[in-house]
Amino acid sequence: MDTPVSQDVTRKTLESVVIRFAGDSGDGMQLAGTQFTQTSAVAGNDLATFPDFPAEIRAPAGTLFGVSGFQLHFASKEILTPGDDPDVLVAMNPAALKVNLEEIPTGSFIIINSGAFTKSNLKKAGYETNPLDDGSLEAYRVLSIDISRLATAAAEPSGVGAKSALRTKNVWTLGLLYWLFDRDRTSTTQWLKQKFAKKPELAEANIAALDAGHAYGETAELPVGVELYKVPKAKLPGGTYRNIEGNTALAWGIAAAAKLSNTQVMFGSYPITPASSVLHALAPLKHFGVTTFQAEDEIAAVCSAIGASWAGAVGVTSTSGPGMALKGEAIGLAVMIELPLVILDVQRAGPSTGMPTKTEQADLFQALYGRNSDAPLCVLAPKSAGDCFTMAIEAVRIATKYMTPVIVLSDGYIANGAEPWSIPNFADLPKIEVQHHTETEDFHPYIRDPETLARVWPVPGTPGLEHRVGGLEKDFKSGHISYDPENHHKMTQVRAGKIMGIADDIPEQDVEIGESSGKLAMVSWGSTYGAVNEAVRRARADGKDVSQVHIRYMWPMPRNLEALLSKYEQIIVPELNAGQLVKVLRSEYLLPAQSLPKVAGRPFRVGEVLDAIDEALAGKESN
Amino acid sequence: MVPLDPPAAKKLTKKDFTSDQEVRWCPGCGDYAILAAMQRTLPELGATREKSVFISGIGCSSRFPYYMDTYGFHTIHGRAPAFATGVKLVNPELDVWLITGDGDGLSIGGNHLLHVLRRNVNVQVMMFNNRIYGLTKGQYSPTSLVGLKSPSSPMGSIDAPVNPLAFALGANARFVSRGIDTMIKPLSGLFKEAHAHKGTSFIEILQNCPVFNDGTWTHVTAKDISDDLQLWVEHGKPLLFGKDKKKGLVLTGEEVKIVTVGENGITEADVTVHDETNRAMAFALAQLLAPEYPMVFGVIFRDPGPAYDEGVVAQVAEAVERNGEGDIDALLRSGHTWTVE
Repeated sequence: MDTPVSQDVTRKTLESVVIRFAGDSGDGMQLAGTQFTQTSAVAGNDLATFPDFPAEIRAPAGTLFGVSGFQLHFASKEILTPGDDPDVLVAMNPAALKVNLEEIPTGSFIIINSGAFTKSNLKKAGYETNPLDDGSLEAYRVLSIDISRLATAAAEPSGVGAKSALRTKNVWTLGLLYWLFDRDRTSTTQWLKQKFAKKPELAEANIAALDAGHAYGETAELPVGVELYKVPKAKLPGGTYRNIEGNTALAWGIAAAAKLSNTQVMFGSYPITPASSVLHALAPLKHFGVTTFQAEDEIAAVCSAIGASWAGAVGVTSTSGPGMALKGEAIGLAVMIELPLVILDVQRAGPSTGMPTKTEQADLFQALYGRNSDAPLCVLAPKSAGDCFTMAIEAVRIATKYMTPVIVLSDGYIANGAEPWSIPNFADLPKIEVQHHTETEDFHPYIRDPETLARVWPVPGTPGLEHRVGGLEKDFKSGHISYDPENHHKMTQVRAGKIMGIADDIPEQDVEIGESSGKLAMVSWGSTYGAVNEAVRRARADGKDVSQVHIRYMWPMPRNLEALLSKYEQIIVPELNAGQLVKVLRSEYLLPAQSLPKVAGRPFRVGEVLDAIDEALAGKESN
Repeated sequence: MVPLDPPAAKKLTKKDFTSDQEVRWCPGCGDYAILAAMQRTLPELGATREKSVFISGIGCSSRFPYYMDTYGFHTIHGRAPAFATGVKLVNPELDVWLITGDGDGLSIGGNHLLHVLRRNVNVQVMMFNNRIYGLTKGQYSPTSLVGLKSPSSPMGSIDAPVNPLAFALGANARFVSRGIDTMIKPLSGLFKEAHAHKGTSFIEILQNCPVFNDGTWTHVTAKDISDDLQLWVEHGKPLLFGKDKKKGLVLTGEEVKIVTVGENGITEADVTVHDETNRAMAFALAQLLAPEYPMVFGVIFRDPGPAYDEGVVAQVAEAVERNGEGDIDALLRSGHTWTVE
């Protein structure tokens, strides 16, 4: 459908668009992407984003490894992934083009800053000839513009230096994209004024560049094949919305839990990619009953949190894979002493340092088993950025009710990706009952609730409850140190039994889409939710018998999970690791689950999951 | 029901701070004397059982909390300072004593000891230094002397030892002191000084391990030589030692000289006066090792500064003052929002 717009242009209506911004890590691509995201949210689209940046803060300009990307998927329908293949690539230099071109389907639209295609930049990117001239881009619709020159010309009259003027090229490009996709500039203009409130000449220069990019679209003759588009509003459920990233949601969930439990939170953390922004988000929230402490290392971070829990607060720590490894011994102590503790693990590609800015779901085994001896605890996995808020609160509820560490497994993808989030009302959130023990009669620190098996929570400073705890095994009856063999066996079972009992206190496993039995179940967990959901929807639209079962409670798993999964002929577990949940399901339930592993530092593409569904069902039919 | 901690009217005694747990150190271990000194000192400080907290790492000394009838936390190897910091950030009112040893505090836990000292968290750190790993059966420790033969150094240790006082001073500790396990009275005095000091107080306690490193300090502690090899410093007093207090130290620039008052025209006025606020002097004194020099004891350095836990609490109070109590609804709606009908 072609829609007439202002002047004599027509706009083609699209259901969804995927744009990838790519440039040097200093080119401001994350900023351009974030602004386009915000503006699309205001325009009423559903959206999902995927920032993809290098670990180097300012990698040498023009190099392949310094390319920073931001992919945005916006649509007039519900979407859950940042999209498989970009419809539009913005390449700010030769390296950005080279790194991304392989993933750009032929026929796609590429906007190129020809001003950056200098001899030296071409050489740095490994081009022997200039792709703008050698015909290698003939299969694409290319819009090659000297953005460097045009942005500089637009910005310089504001009185900023040549260097600052050139830096507005990201905003110039944004202006052009706003024209192409019929977006309003108001939100970005306001944001620039606010950002550069103290340097009005910079605000003016950037706004001039934004307007110039927009005007360029209006006036320049666009080459044949380049069209103007519009993506109408999506039909989202009613409510107040905001864009939210997973790490912000985790932090706010923790702050909300402090209020809901009326208990102080002590957040001890050590900077690590991609978890650091949780600390950044919590540090300004001191007036919410949250104390933050930047410790000297990962071990001190978790130990300070455990000390805080022993003193009566909710101890929380955040980290990523390598930090989890360091925290293992201390988490074991919290299991042994039986103290509430929340560990937010924002997973990244490993092993070892691995690929710190790239995503992975490979800490599941570490979360479940990564401690010496039998040290069971509770593990949760949010399915999306917004779900991080819910699961952070749930972690505090379980940790305080069962006196146990709880690990929340997020990952780099949902940590940094944004999605529109229907904001809950605080009054609607469930309160968390926290009780510090005060009864002095017949007191010892391991008196247990017969139902939950949770021990009491006596707090230093309380007269009459003086006691000593430690990592040594303790007597079931008195809490004193015990080396009794039978007692150790019993205590091991008590600790495990307490954790397994949590299964009675969590929702039963439901079927996300599809039937509760059938030919194929796609079992997703954590951030694979979106891609698997989209793939299963599309397969079902094609008449395939496939359902999605999405697990958020990794341990203990829902009571009915085994019974539910055993009703499908085939089970496939797509996960961003070499096959971890699949092994847990096989070992726990003796189910013939199959693995669909992906370990590329990137989320699943919908197409990859769809192919696995097709293959599984085709194979079944031919048998 | 009989309250375990009756109102303040009743004066607490050593017995009130003694737990019902059987003490499991080896017979003759120096830890017994330190424990007795602590149990005796707390009542004199007017301490309460509920507000007294003992936090330890791992090692022989770290069993200490089990024997105190107070709150106690026997944590993991080397990390006690981090646990103690967490406790103080939640409740700065608690009186926290940190128990560690030369292995726990200076080997596996060296990093955390450095940071608790430089942050100046308001806790007392007692480091039992017996220059050996006891609990793991006698390996050399980071304070063992070069040449020490042990199960892990059969040809003699080639590890250069660390000096605990110099380490603490280098970490910018603001209270640095040294005592001896069996000299209960001065030790008790040090506990009181440490307790009165706001911020981290560091006490190195020379302690004897009769099983794996017996007599490691006798060259300083033996009765017959102790006068000549122990210098108990006092702020504002000359650095005198020896049986008749006739020997003295003269600190000039980088040099430390032993002089005798009354010989070669030396008078007491020539002997350097101890200034506990002078970090350079403290550093020079900390380096002195017997038998070439006397070892220094007492409060060697004291220069109070802001305590970390108080700073954290003050920032929280300031945040509440500035912003009011946090409002979750407002937080979730901060920044850009939009409404879908």
